[in-house]
Amino acid sequence: MTLWSTLKPAFWDHEDVASGPYKHLFNFRRMWKLAVFSTAAVALAPLVFMTVVDYKVNQQAIESDINYQTARLVSNTRRSISFFLSERRSALNFIDKDNSYQALGDPLRLAALLENLKKGFGGFTDLGVIDDTGLQHTYVGPYNLEGKNYSEQDWFKELRSGEAHISDVFLGLRQQLHLVVSVKHDLPTGRFYVLRASIDTQQFNDLISEVEVSGQGDIFLVNTEGVLQTASRLFGSALVRIPIAVPEFSEKTRVLEVTSAGEEFVTGYAYISGTPFVLMAVKKKSELLKPWNDTRKKLIVFLVLSITIILMVILGVSTYLVNQIHAADRKRVMTLHKVEYANKMASLGRLSAGVAHEINNPLAIINEKAGLIKDLLTLRKEHAAGDKLLGLVESVLASVERCANITKRLLSFARHMDIKLQPLDIEEIIQEVLGFLGKEAEYRSIEFHVTADPDVPKIESDRGRLQEIFLNLFNNALAALGDGGRLDVTARRTDAQSITVSVRDTGCGIPQADLKRIFEPFFSTKTERGGTGLGLSITYGLVQEIGGEISVESQVGQGTEFTIRLPLKLESVRKPNHASPVGG
Amino acid sequence: MQVLLVDDEEELVTALAERLSLRGIEALWATSAEEALRVLETRSFDLAVLDVKIPKIDGLQLKKQMQAMRPGMKFIFVTGHGSDRDFKTGVAEVGADYYLVKPLKIEDLITKMKEVLES
Repeated sequence: MTLWSTLKPAFWDHEDVASGPYKHLFNFRRMWKLAVFSTAAVALAPLVFMTVVDYKVNQQAIESDINYQTARLVSNTRRSISFFLSERRSALNFIDKDNSYQALGDPLRLAALLENLKKGFGGFTDLGVIDDTGLQHTYVGPYNLEGKNYSEQDWFKELRSGEAHISDVFLGLRQQLHLVVSVKHDLPTGRFYVLRASIDTQQFNDLISEVEVSGQGDIFLVNTEGVLQTASRLFGSALVRIPIAVPEFSEKTRVLEVTSAGEEFVTGYAYISGTPFVLMAVKKKSELLKPWNDTRKKLIVFLVLSITIILMVILGVSTYLVNQIHAADRKRVMTLHKVEYANKMASLGRLSAGVAHEINNPLAIINEKAGLIKDLLTLRKEHAAGDKLLGLVESVLASVERCANITKRLLSFARHMDIKLQPLDIEEIIQEVLGFLGKEAEYRSIEFHVTADPDVPKIESDRGRLQEIFLNLFNNALAALGDGGRLDVTARRTDAQSITVSVRDTGCGIPQADLKRIFEPFFSTKTERGGTGLGLSITYGLVQEIGGEISVESQVGQGTEFTIRLPLKLESVRKPNHASPVGG
Repeated sequence: MQVLLVDDEEELVTALAERLSLRGIEALWATSAEEALRVLETRSFDLAVLDVKIPKIDGLQLKKQMQAMRPGMKFIFVTGHGSDRDFKTGVAEVGADYYLVKPLKIEDLITKMKEVLES
């Protein structure tokens, strides 16, 4: 048995075979589909919509938060670096303004100034004065750079037209990372000189490496060519070229998304004005999105769970409701069949009663006239006639009696249809009904066995209905039995309120598949032999009318047992739903 | 024994009256309720055999009126609508002393008449 055949609702394979008032009112499968799909659409659409909106809103909020944080980090750090550099440039400016060219040309004075700068600011390693020909005529520091000519160097050329210059970070002679800050002093004569100082980038590095960057991120300085000016956690030490392009110039701090080697980075950058430096903060997007991914996972699990639960509830409720409607509709059709049958029987009863009555009166006249002829022939001497005439009259009277018997039977067929309660001995009724079938049973050598427990009490019920119930069951049994079979009828007390009668035959039995439908109207396996499929359906209805229950068990090839439970007393008499035929 | 037969079928009631007369029972007949009551005004009977259904007035009503006029009278009802099953209850319903179903057997009728009169 497949899962589908287990789960398949009763209405699924429903086929409408009848027409007119017996037609089922609904297309159950379509009704079920409509219920499932419309409810699912109405329930799921807002859920999915809200989830998608929530998803998008969350995603945007998180992304803009990332951008905002990155921008703030970059602009804060830029301020620190700008401050660091401008502080040192201002110091040089101050020295330059505070000392005359002659004073600066004195190595002792210059050495004293360097010492003060080291103590006051830190990071200064040497100090030199260069004239407008590019010649460094005074120098104090760890190397002997006095007399070095810088006239061909780019920074010197740039400085001719500017006021100050900050160089890239480079190794220089010392093989130590440093940068150079130069300030120009214009003389009234139109000439100029330059005060030049080297600054160790250690302090500079420390400043940047102290910055906390989230998302396994990195913050560093590069020059406009993309060469690292400070060490980078992601791309290596200073003077290495970074694998991502330096973003285009912008006065303000900006945040971009950059892809490198298949990985997405959120990059914040700012050009530090007056320097060749670009401050860059690089964060791995996947790391930044981790908390969002967790939320997203929860959201998706929630969505899938909700949809599953909603669909299960919808399927369950729709199936249950359509099943109920299907059952109610079947009941309606069955009731219609019953009503129609009952009406047919009532009409037949009325018709036969009418016919019987109409025939009875002329029959009575024939009876009296023939009786009078017979009387005259036998009682009056003068009318005495031959035996032949008397024989003829006797024959007429015998035929009248036969007709009278027929009309009597017709009238009893049109008996009252109301439930008439009276105390009844169930065994007596069973014997009475079996009596009708005695001839057939004898002919086919079928044995009847009736056993009733001594404690079976009389029950208050309707005689006519009980007779019809047993007649139907016994007729069915006889149809199922082969010649020489056996029919057992047993009656016993079930409890204080009811008795049970079982009718068991040793006949052909009923297949399991048919057993379920056996009480349905028009279900018959004997259609070819004239079965109407109404017998057991009517029996079922009759048993219900007198407050009983009927059930059936059967084994193919072994026989069938019908069990009827009947109440000792019928609490409320249910009127049958048809008019009683007219008598009198 | 003097008997009044009431039935709207004249053919039936005349034949029955003659058959009873042949057996020495004095039987008069009427084919309507009015006729029956008129006859009853002039003389009395031991017993009336009434059809349950006669025109204008039903057998039960007629019985009541007749009984009012002649309180000692006995009644047997005859019906074309009976059956064996209704037999016992029918007697009680119409309040008759006896109840017979058409067509009648004359012997049965006479036996019942005697039984009723003796009771």
